[in-house]
Amino acid sequence: MSTSPPATTRPRSRAERLRFAAVLGLPSPLWQAAFFVVPLGFLVAMTFWSVKSFRLQPDFTMANWIAIMKAGFFHNAFIYTLWLSLLAAALASVIAFPAAYTMAFRLKPHMRRLLVFMLVVPFFTSLPVRIYSMQVFFSPQGIINYVIAPLGLGPVQVLNTTTGTLIGFLTLTLPLVVLLQTFALSSIDMRLVEAAHNLRCGRLRTVFTVIIPSARVGLVLAAALAFVLCFGDYISPQFLGGSKPPTLSILIADQVKSGNHWPRASVVAVSMIVTLTVVLGVLLRIAYGGRKA
Amino acid sequence: MSGTLGRVLRGTFLYGWTALVFAFVFAPILSTVVFSFNADRFPSLPWGGFSLQWYEAVLADPTVRRSLVNSLIVAGGSAVIATFIGFTAAYVDYRFRFFGKSAYMALASLPPTVPPVILGVAMLTFEGRIGLSGTLFGIIAGHVVICAPFAMALIRMRLNDLDRDLEPAAWNLGSGPWKTLREVILPFTAPSILAALFITASVSFDEYMIAWFVSGLQETLPVRVLAMLQGQVSPRINAVGSLVFAVSVVLVVLAQILAGRSLGARKQK
Repeated sequence: MSTSPPATTRPRSRAERLRFAAVLGLPSPLWQAAFFVVPLGFLVAMTFWSVKSFRLQPDFTMANWIAIMKAGFFHNAFIYTLWLSLLAAALASVIAFPAAYTMAFRLKPHMRRLLVFMLVVPFFTSLPVRIYSMQVFFSPQGIINYVIAPLGLGPVQVLNTTTGTLIGFLTLTLPLVVLLQTFALSSIDMRLVEAAHNLRCGRLRTVFTVIIPSARVGLVLAAALAFVLCFGDYISPQFLGGSKPPTLSILIADQVKSGNHWPRASVVAVSMIVTLTVVLGVLLRIAYGGRKA
Repeated sequence: MSGTLGRVLRGTFLYGWTALVFAFVFAPILSTVVFSFNADRFPSLPWGGFSLQWYEAVLADPTVRRSLVNSLIVAGGSAVIATFIGFTAAYVDYRFRFFGKSAYMALASLPPTVPPVILGVAMLTFEGRIGLSGTLFGIIAGHVVICAPFAMALIRMRLNDLDRDLEPAAWNLGSGPWKTLREVILPFTAPSILAALFITASVSFDEYMIAWFVSGLQETLPVRVLAMLQGQVSPRINAVGSLVFAVSVVLVVLAQILAGRSLGARKQK
């Protein structure tokens, strides 16, 4: 059915088509090169610059790398940020799973559509305001303590602790993780699940032996995205964790905003990019491992 | 008998858990709105009575008003540019095959996965050099980078439903590529273009990290909110927050309805 266009009938059409393709093809790479690739390249170059009497100077020195890599505060922040983000990604995945399972397997399609519709909204609404709200919830005179006091519990101290940061990370990632897990579970071949049930495989066992392996790619991708979001988040560790201990994003903000040492902030930023690439590489291996190979 | 009990327990656990997850996700949004009308200075129970004073205080605050105007300009500019760029990338992916296409698509879709704090420093160091930092266009430049991929994804999804032979058919009948683009592609993708405008506007309107690094004295509303967060607990934050929520909820709901309609159109075929 598909006949190729007879280019010979219109002599100018090839040049015209080329111009057409160029005009449509160029805006995206040009913009992303100018305001994404070049700034990131500039960031890498900046790590070799020096600061002399509060002024930036183009240079080629390893001093910033050495200073940061030897600094105890960087080691601590690096390990803390890495494990806390991994922990948050794992926690979000575990907490989200029963909800995603319910949405994918238990709810009627119109109900599932409504809940998916709802979950998209918080992903696009102001995180700082939602974190502020959590701050108020968990403050010493806040709602949580007000509610649990009659039960003889509390008061709980959450603000300015690692638990606070984790609550922030969950606020940030749960909507997205539930959504992605729901999509992953919805695309499972239901005949597999029914076959397992017919063969008297218990519900819980079906989850671990059939459902999770079948949806592995989507589940790992959801966790990976959660990790990326937490690893770079500034708001939760700052306003719920009290910035003690600081995370890498807080180090960057401090170096830029108050320390005014951009080259060192750039070193931290570049080391974050490298870490993200490595962790994502490992996670994608887990997601796709044994499939493509 | 234990089978029935097991089923009931299982159902209770699953629905209860799901309800808790949704409560956790939506409680911060709802409580912000509720406490923005609370007369008490401290947002705690019991309720202190209905009042609009925090909205009045916020709307009378010149720094909030100026940052709101900046945010509207930035969100509008970012949405238009990002949707245009997203459209071209989606169309190129739909229509052409060429060397380096996977790199082209990676560049068109990956920027949102880079943490905004890193983009923020990168933009600051770069724009500081070329004199863009502290300008509204400096913020727009960064926002378009992370917004365009969202627009691209929405419009590309819509193009999936358009028969790839339709355009070549129009070309064969003598219609030029521009005319075909205008009269076949644009009308067909119109709902997703509108959805992309709304989504990119909401992404830009809520973006705080790049804006915080780059904006300088030209604060946007999220940057103002960050500054308020660093100060005392204040019910004004609830009022600003509710206004911010209202804007983004409207934009995201409209976008979803439009995108959903274009997805729904597929089923009728």
